[in-house]
Amino acid sequence: MKWFLGHLPQIGSLLLNHAVLALIPLVVGLLLAIPLGWLARRYRLLYTPLIAGTGLLYTIPSLALFILMPLILGTGILDPLNVVVALTIYTVALLVRTVADGLGSVPDEVLQAATAMGIGRVRRFFGVELPLAVPVISAGLRVAAVSNVSIVSVAALLGIPQLGSLFTDGFARDFVDPIVVGIIACMVLAFALDLSILGASRALTPWLRTSRPAVGRAA
Amino acid sequence: MKKHLALVAAAAASLTLAACSSGNPLASPSADGSASGGPSTVSIVVGSANFPENELLAQIYAQALKAKGVDVSTKLNIGSRETYLPALKNGEINLLPEYTGALARYLNSDADISTTDAALASLKSALPENLTVLDPSPAQDNDSITVTRATADQYNLKTIEDLVPHAPQLVLGGPPEWKNRSYGVPGLEKTYGLKFKSFKALDTAGPLTVQALKNGQVQAANLFTTDPAIKANDFVSLTDTKSFFGSQNVIPVITKEKATPEVTGALNAVSAKLDTDTLATLVSKVVTDKEDADQVAGDWLKSVGLG
Amino acid sequence: MNLLWDWLSDPANWDGPYGIPVRVVEHLGYSAVTLVLAALIGIPLGLWIGHTGRGRVLVVNLVNGMRSVPTLGLLFVAVLVVGPLLGGDIAFLVPSIFVLVVLAVPPILAGAYAGVEGVDPGARDAARGMGMRPAEVLVRVEVPCAMPLIFSGLRSAALQVVATATLAASVSLGGLGRFLIDGQAYRDYGQMAGGALLVAALAMLVDLVFAGVQRLVVSPGLSPVRATRRDRRRQPTGVLDAAVAHQT
Repeated sequence: MKWFLGHLPQIGSLLLNHAVLALIPLVVGLLLAIPLGWLARRYRLLYTPLIAGTGLLYTIPSLALFILMPLILGTGILDPLNVVVALTIYTVALLVRTVADGLGSVPDEVLQAATAMGIGRVRRFFGVELPLAVPVISAGLRVAAVSNVSIVSVAALLGIPQLGSLFTDGFARDFVDPIVVGIIACMVLAFALDLSILGASRALTPWLRTSRPAVGRAA
Repeated sequence: MKKHLALVAAAAASLTLAACSSGNPLASPSADGSASGGPSTVSIVVGSANFPENELLAQIYAQALKAKGVDVSTKLNIGSRETYLPALKNGEINLLPEYTGALARYLNSDADISTTDAALASLKSALPENLTVLDPSPAQDNDSITVTRATADQYNLKTIEDLVPHAPQLVLGGPPEWKNRSYGVPGLEKTYGLKFKSFKALDTAGPLTVQALKNGQVQAANLFTTDPAIKANDFVSLTDTKSFFGSQNVIPVITKEKATPEVTGALNAVSAKLDTDTLATLVSKVVTDKEDADQVAGDWLKSVGLG
Repeated sequence: MNLLWDWLSDPANWDGPYGIPVRVVEHLGYSAVTLVLAALIGIPLGLWIGHTGRGRVLVVNLVNGMRSVPTLGLLFVAVLVVGPLLGGDIAFLVPSIFVLVVLAVPPILAGAYAGVEGVDPGARDAARGMGMRPAEVLVRVEVPCAMPLIFSGLRSAALQVVATATLAASVSLGGLGRFLIDGQAYRDYGQMAGGALLVAALAMLVDLVFAGVQRLVVSPGLSPVRATRRDRRRQPTGVLDAAVAHQT
C-alpha cells in the first residue's frame, strides 16, 4: 500500500502504456475480424480453414511471437509495434470465430424479411446482420480484451514499458509489492475494458433491454 | 471521462505515428533528434540489461546527462547482451553501462581480460565500428562462482580450481545465455577443466539463482560480486585463480556519433567518482532496501556534485 | 524460415537431456498435471453450481476475475512467496503449476456449469418423474447431457495451458518454453521459431486427442457438438458462453 501511494505517477504512466498496447490491437483486430468472419459465414468452404487457421494462431506462445515480429515486420527489436501487431493477431484469432458465429445467430427469417423489404446486400449487412450480431461479438470482444491485458504484460520480458515492468522489476529485487500492484492494476484495467464493452453493447442493442425476459437463459 | 478518452486517443495516435517512424513513443518524449544543430541538441537513449545494478547504472548515466542539459530518454531492462547489443548497433539505444571484461570476452572469446588495462585494450580492439567506450570506472562488479557455506565446508572449497574434482557431482546454475557463451559453461571448461553434472538456466544472478542455491537445486551458481545476497546468506564466492572472469570495470558504451565532448565529459566525471564499495552500497539500497533506482541514482549524483 | 528449418533438422537438437523429445515430455507433464488438478476443482464445482443454481453470480464474477489475472505477475509472486517455503526441486514447480491451474479452472468450470445449466428442463423433469433422486438426476441425466460442453471447456483449457506452460521456463523449469527463453537469451531466432512451432503443434495434437476421447465418451444420442452449438447460437450472450465458445 505504501509502495502504491508513493509511486502513483509511475503506475499511472505504465497503466496508460498498458491500456494503449491492449486497446489498439483490440480495435484493429475487430476491424479485421469482421470481414474475415463474414467470409467464413458467407462461403461454407472457407469456414473450417478460416476458423482452424486463426485458432492455430492463438496457440503460438506470446513471448515467441513478440520476439519473432522484427524478423517479419522489419521493425527494431525494442519497437512497441511488435507487441501491437502480435496482439492484433491474437485478437483476430479470437474474434473471427465469434464474428462468424454472431452473424450465424441472426435468424434466417429476419434476413428474408430484410431482403423482401428490398434492402440491398451491403445495407442489410451493416443495418441488420451486424447490429443483431452485436451481443455475440461483444461477448467475444470482452474475452479478447481481458486476454490482451494479460498478454501485454509478457512484453516486459523484452523491456517494453507497461504494467508488466512492475513484475520484472519486483521479481529482480525479490520485492512483492510492485508485482501485486501491477496485478491489481491489470485486473482493474481488464475490468474497466470489460465494462465499457458491455456498456457499448447495451447501447447498441436497445431492443434487447425490453425483450430480455424472452431471451431465456442468456445471463 | 471525456478527458481520459481524449488522452488515450491522443496516445494511440502518437503510438501509431511514432511507430511508423520507429521512434519510441513509450519512453519519455525526445525532442528533435537532429544532429549538429547546436552544442546541446544531442538526444540520447540510454538502455540497460535486465538486472537491477545495470538499470541503476543506466539511471545514473541518464540523470548525469540530464543535469548537463542533454536530452535523455531511457529504455531499461532490455535483456541479455545478445539482445541489447544489436539494439545498440542499430541505433535503437545509444548508451549502455557495460563491464570491460565481460563485453570484451563476448565480442572476442580469446580476449585477454586478466587485468584492467588488458581488458580495456581487448575491448577497444573488439568493438563494432560505430560504438566506442569512454573512461572505465574503478568500480568493478564481477561474475563469480558462488557456493553455500555448507558446500564450501563439505568439499573444502576456496578457489574455483578446488571445484574441479567435485564438479561432476554438482549442478551449476546461471543465466540461460551461459549455456553456450564462451564467457560461461564452455569457457569454464576450457580454462579450468570444470565439467559440471549439468547446467540449470536460472536468471541473471537474481532471486531464482539465490533461491536455487539456498534450497539445493544447484550447488554452485553465478552471482555478481556486488550482490548483497552473498553476505546476507553467508555464501562463499570462490577465488578466480586463473582470472577467467578477469577485470570487470564498469564502463559506458556509446554510439560514436553521440559521444560529444559534453556527453563524454559528463560520463567520465561519473566514472571517476564511482568505486566498487559505492556501487555495492547503491545496489544494496535498490535491492535490499527496495528504494527506487532513479531516486538512488539522483541522490548519489547530488551527493558527489554531479546531479 | 531457413533458421527454423536448420534448427528443427539438426539431429543434435533431438538428442540428450536437453533435446526436443525430453522437452516435449516435460511440457506434456506440466500440462497434464495442471489439467487434472483444474478438472478436479472445476468440474465438480461447475456441476454443483449448474445443478443447484447456487452461487452463480459469485462464480461468474470469480471466473471473470481469475481470467483477468496476468499470468506472468502471478507466477512471479508465487515463486517469490511460495518458493522459499518449499525448497528443493519443487520450489519453482509448485508455483508454476499453481499459476497454470488458475488459468485452466475458469474455462473448465464455465463449461461444466453451462453444460448442466443448459440441460433441457424437460429431460430433468422426466428423470424426476421417474423417481430419480437429485444425485441420480445429476449423474445419469445432467452430466451425460453436459458432456459436450464439459469437453469444450476442457479443450479450451488444454489449449491455453499448453500454450502458456512455456512461461514455466522463465522460472528455470523445462518444457518447450526452454527453447523460447534460451532462444531469447542468445538471440537464436531458429530455436525460438522452432520452439513456438512445436508448442503450436503440440496444442493442436492435444486438442485432436481430446476430440477423439470426446467422440468415445459423449453419448451419440446427443449428436454432440453440432446440435448444441447451433442451439447456443440462438441465445448466446454472457461471458461464460463466449468463454466456452471462444476456442477449440
